[in-house]
Amino acid sequence: MTVETLLDREALRERAYAVARGVTDPEMPMLTLEDLGVLRGVDVAGEGEVIVAITPTYSGCPAMATMRDDLVHRLTDAGFHDVRVKVELAPAWSSDWITERGRRALAEAGLSAPGPAPRHDGPIALDLLPTRRAVGCPRCGSTAVELTSEFGATACKALYRCTDCLEPFEHVKEI
Amino acid sequence: MTDATDPAHAPSHPAPDPNDAHGSIFDGLLGTDSSQWAFGTDFEDPLAGVDTTIPEGVDPGDLATYCLMLADDALIASHRLSEWCSRAPDLEEDIALANVALDLLGQARLLLARAAAADPAVVPALPDGSPVPPEDALAFFREAGEFRNVRLTEVANGDFAHTIARLLVLSCARLAVLQRLTTSRDTVLAAVAAKGVKELAYHRDYAGRWFLTLARGTDESRRRLVEALDALWPLYAELFATHPVERSVAEAGVGVDPATVAAEVDVVLEQVFAMSGVERPGRAPLAGVQGRTGRDGLHTEALSRLLAEMQVVARAHPMGRW
Repeated sequence: MTVETLLDREALRERAYAVARGVTDPEMPMLTLEDLGVLRGVDVAGEGEVIVAITPTYSGCPAMATMRDDLVHRLTDAGFHDVRVKVELAPAWSSDWITERGRRALAEAGLSAPGPAPRHDGPIALDLLPTRRAVGCPRCGSTAVELTSEFGATACKALYRCTDCLEPFEHVKEI
Repeated sequence: MTDATDPAHAPSHPAPDPNDAHGSIFDGLLGTDSSQWAFGTDFEDPLAGVDTTIPEGVDPGDLATYCLMLADDALIASHRLSEWCSRAPDLEEDIALANVALDLLGQARLLLARAAAADPAVVPALPDGSPVPPEDALAFFREAGEFRNVRLTEVANGDFAHTIARLLVLSCARLAVLQRLTTSRDTVLAAVAAKGVKELAYHRDYAGRWFLTLARGTDESRRRLVEALDALWPLYAELFATHPVERSVAEAGVGVDPATVAAEVDVVLEQVFAMSGVERPGRAPLAGVQGRTGRDGLHTEALSRLLAEMQVVARAHPMGRW
């Protein structure tokens, strides 16, 4: 392979990545797949085939097929005619992968961003008390909040309520 | 360039305008073409692009059967949990149980797909040209006797206390197994386990907290919880009985012998029982039939009824495209 071909391929890869990184999450459209941390990479192979790697947030994430569709559609619209989306299961997605820009976008949309994810290297201690998090109300900023449920409208969110402004809000869970 | 004007970060999902005079309110859901509503089967493969090579020295049939055991536990438990949809004590619990069910269903899909990739012979035969993908064929076209789940997952739902008691026991055991499975020589199983561990930690805490709440709640909530635990206890020992296939895959370094997690699970449960002031039930294990239990495909009548409901639509349309 010549140096020119390699350079062309890298330019193609960068152009494809620029398109892929702009695709948003179907359930949290304020986040791009890049900011959510599910876009794991873009490669160019063979005769210009674009291979995009994504990873599910949760095992049962129902948005995977839509993400795959959206990536194919956006890349096809951008002139890439041979696009393949593959699933990367390892390493498992962590909420730590949400970028700083993603965290700001969540806050602007009224969602509370996750704290540091728990480590699962050793035995996992059972926790029978309500989860303690340093969470603030994304609307009024108050820290007087209470957990309503560890499970919300999508697999990745818990439900909270602010006891000052009384508004409910969602918190993206640490995982 | 600020985030707001960066086209790479503009939402690609505008909300459909219900007042648009030029079309249906659903048009916005369709995107640029209609293919979203007719995925090809390869597009729905949950293991698309994942390397499913079988590690050296592992029997493909045993690996596939082991994957079915792990998958069927998750699938059947998920179905029982999803039966609570719109019936839970309140909206938050309805959503919580559905979330837990969805996590387990996701694990089941990956594991069923892994089983099919390891040994296509386990997949039921369908009419030529059927678009049903292998993991759906395994979920919807096997008979009860071909399911490998432990019987604890299949018995009918009782009240909310019954569901909490069962979820506590199941998530304690599954979390312990999947934690060990993260070092499996099979990279797919290791990856599925690593994701599952994170999810099951939430499930176990959820069930543990409700167990404590019900036990320390009213006389009635405590009575129901103790009765439910007692009714389920005869099926507890089966979780840790080693099936020959489990022994084989454990020796090959791809699976986990459930007997090796029994003591650890006991300790966790003892912790919950002690805090809740509940005695560990003393009921004897439910025997198998000629030594056969859930892992061998020997089930209670409850599984047949569950499958009849879960499979009926898929079986009526073996050529159906969803």
